[in-house]
Amino acid sequence: MQYIPVIGLEIHAELLTDSKVFCTCSAEFGGDQNSRCCPVCSGFPGTLPVLNQRAVEYAVKAGFAMNCSINKYSKFDRKNYFYPDLPKAYQISQLDLPLCINGKVKIETEKGEKWIRINRIHLEEDAGKLVHDDINATSLADYNRCGVPLIEIVTEPDLSSAEEARAFVEQVSLLLQYAGVCDCKMEQGSIRADVNISIMPPDAKEFGTRAEIKNLNSLKSITRAIDYEIKRQAELLDKGEKVVQETRRFNDNHGTTKPMRSKEDAQDYRYFPEPDIQPVNFTDEDLAAIRASLPKLPDERLKQYMVEYGLSETDSKIIVNDVKLSDFFDAAVSVYPNYKNICNFVLTELLRRLKETETDDIPFSAEHFATLVKMVDEGKVSRNDGKTILRYMLENPAHPEEIAKANGFLVVNDMGAVDEVICAVMAERPDLVEQYRAGEKKVFGFLMGQCTSRLKGIANPKDIKTALENKLS
Amino acid sequence: MDFQNLTVKDLRAKLDQKEISAPELTKAYLERISEKDPLVKSFITVCEDSALEQAEAAQWRIDAGEAAPLTGIPFGIKDNICTQGVKTTCASKMLEDFVPPYQATVMEKLCGQDIVMLGKLNMDEFAMGGSTATSYFAKTVNPYDSSKVPGGSSGGSAACVSASMAPVALGSDTGGSIRQPASFCGVTGLKPTYSSVSRFGLVAFASSLDQIGPIANSAYDCGIVFNSICGFDPHDGTTSRHPHGDALSLIGQSVAGLKIAVPKEFFEAGIDDEVKESVYAAVKAYEAMGAKAVEVSMPSLKYAIPAYYLISSAEASSNLSRYDGIKYGYRAQGEDDYNALIRKTRDEGFGTEVKRRILLGTYALASGYYDAYYKKALYLKGKIREEYNAIFKECDVMVTPTAPSTAFGFDEGISDPAKMYLADICTVTVNIAGLPAISTPCGYGKNGMPIGMSIVGKAFDEARIIQMADAFERDFKRVAPVL
Repeated sequence: MQYIPVIGLEIHAELLTDSKVFCTCSAEFGGDQNSRCCPVCSGFPGTLPVLNQRAVEYAVKAGFAMNCSINKYSKFDRKNYFYPDLPKAYQISQLDLPLCINGKVKIETEKGEKWIRINRIHLEEDAGKLVHDDINATSLADYNRCGVPLIEIVTEPDLSSAEEARAFVEQVSLLLQYAGVCDCKMEQGSIRADVNISIMPPDAKEFGTRAEIKNLNSLKSITRAIDYEIKRQAELLDKGEKVVQETRRFNDNHGTTKPMRSKEDAQDYRYFPEPDIQPVNFTDEDLAAIRASLPKLPDERLKQYMVEYGLSETDSKIIVNDVKLSDFFDAAVSVYPNYKNICNFVLTELLRRLKETETDDIPFSAEHFATLVKMVDEGKVSRNDGKTILRYMLENPAHPEEIAKANGFLVVNDMGAVDEVICAVMAERPDLVEQYRAGEKKVFGFLMGQCTSRLKGIANPKDIKTALENKLS
Repeated sequence: MDFQNLTVKDLRAKLDQKEISAPELTKAYLERISEKDPLVKSFITVCEDSALEQAEAAQWRIDAGEAAPLTGIPFGIKDNICTQGVKTTCASKMLEDFVPPYQATVMEKLCGQDIVMLGKLNMDEFAMGGSTATSYFAKTVNPYDSSKVPGGSSGGSAACVSASMAPVALGSDTGGSIRQPASFCGVTGLKPTYSSVSRFGLVAFASSLDQIGPIANSAYDCGIVFNSICGFDPHDGTTSRHPHGDALSLIGQSVAGLKIAVPKEFFEAGIDDEVKESVYAAVKAYEAMGAKAVEVSMPSLKYAIPAYYLISSAEASSNLSRYDGIKYGYRAQGEDDYNALIRKTRDEGFGTEVKRRILLGTYALASGYYDAYYKKALYLKGKIREEYNAIFKECDVMVTPTAPSTAFGFDEGISDPAKMYLADICTVTVNIAGLPAISTPCGYGKNGMPIGMSIVGKAFDEARIIQMADAFERDFKRVAPVL
């Protein structure tokens, strides 16, 4: 039987603040074990958390980027449970008054646009990491990640397939990157997701029993886990069995999910209001200031590229879907507002070269890039030489004009020299000149080639061509 | 040297006028400690060497003419206040060898004035109790009668000042833990407005109620210390940015015309007659000075004990979860599974009273019980605050007994937790409402044990309650314990 999958996501994203959410330790990824922790984030007696206002601001930015309402009064709560990676034995989180509520995010599906509702975004702290040493049969705790600020983005159960879930995670990642609050590096765990999933027959009025799959840390494992789970639940229902409400773990090697704990063993987190942190109170001015600090988001940029800059939808989307590229493009067109040519050079040349070098870091400035495109457009260098200059810039960033000069790419457009060369070429091959004048236009290419090779860096081919045609006619 | 009734104010004058040097003073107190503390048992740790070093530094500062109000003054510190490099045990096996790598903010402030820390003082384990008898280390006795408790949880602090082993000590007060032992030991104790003194470095019992304050020989001395430790702290997000005026600014001013609220529920059944009489007599004394007594009512007092024990135990159950034997403190032997290790560590590391509160708090927060217990307690907190607000619209201060009785014996009732909890009836509402209160001796029982009264003020009105307590102390004849 065909069932309708009902899927909701909880996405955890680490915020890009310099310091942790409740202390001044560095929140950067990595570092030697336990080198980025202090008495506060390792839960020493008598220490107190102090709320990092930047983390609050970032969470609100994420909320604005996802069209949320911001709670002007928000508070923190303690989620209590024992685990060795959680040194206080409680996580400071937000239960009933999160920072952001009621948002929505647009995704593209096969059937067109679809809005996914966001139930809430709240701010909380990350836990540490346990390193299991099988040889010595011990577990070691690394608290570097303890207290790194996290936002948890909770959707309504609006997704209906693995592909939609993937599109949603990609769109959320893009929005978070545009908002500048998360680098969304899945391989470093800076964004990860829990999936809630149930299935129901097409005519059913109520959702089926759901399973929750915890801690998926790649797009691939999210889609694989969902596909597996849909299949598993469908097989159960087909056999007349029931889906058990439980938390499951996804095994990346087997592509299957296994039960972790059932609803009956669900932990009682004994939430209560965090007495060490005062509630957050925003004024309208505070919120307006945070909103104003948001850069232009993908939708707005897409519209600008298409309507204002006249770029095609396909081209616009390629640029917008990469925040670094979009920022680079915007900076380049602000220097040289020939949108189409910049776009073409970005899409055909720059992306190809970046792909070759397997990096997404552009080593030169947008200003240099814009200058290069302008040089090609103005005929200061030939298009082919322009491409070569770009390659040089990727290897050794310097000003494109300097590279052109040093390598003799610069077209000086000395028309006197052009005249001389043309005359010389024509004098050398009077036979071809005659043929041309008699209507055999195919010989033009040879004459042109002779001229351009002698005029390399002196004049651009377009001008040479015009001059040669004039002389021959 | 004669130690009896030596106040910080007196000592300041003696030090500044070079009647005595800071090292001499410190040595004198250290000698007194080695002589009397084997009986009183108020110290967990005595810091002889570092105290003498600190005294040298203080003297240098005094000689340079740069003495701060507390420079060279010997202090005792309750053992739940973190002292960098000095064991901070909370009187628990769990933290028996815990040496904090950081200083509590109050210690930072006091050390900035070059005080002398004589040592760390005994208390109820994790500040849970009213007798100091739940300490893992020793039973501190009441200096007035060694068969009686000193009160608690800051029993070491009160006993040590009462026995003149330090002129002043820091305690902490979650439900009466400064005021009740001050009352039992015949000294003055100030519980400041919640949020006025930083809790950074105070090992948490109940975060929304805990507050550090001084225990001393006079209200004036409490004011000097309060002035030195209060104020906003970037390490404690709950500290207030309210500007603190000088807590001694009203000292010596007439109390004539001030309105004293006398809540009738605090003088009803359960309060010993001699306590009632003594506190009423103190109110009469204020009336004689021109103040006006107004009888008021606090109907929700009858809910105060359950509300207090639900809130404080709930917070404690969470605050004390971090003691798992992994990072610091006691670790049980012979277990390698995490859950087994933490279970055994907590079973062996905590005493009975602490476990009782953790169980109580865990139960109160459990899903399905939260609404019935914790949520109701929060509602009552709101009610109690409303009632105080209404009273303080009409009145300047409130006077109540500090405890229902004088200090009880080690053999009386300590084993009955419910009875012990009820004995906190006079003090807990002040913590729930976050108000300042000071307890000062106002009489002695038939058995010679001290009786204390509490003067409760409006939030941030420490100056008023210090003025009131000081006005009473001027004419009250204290009887020192004989040791």
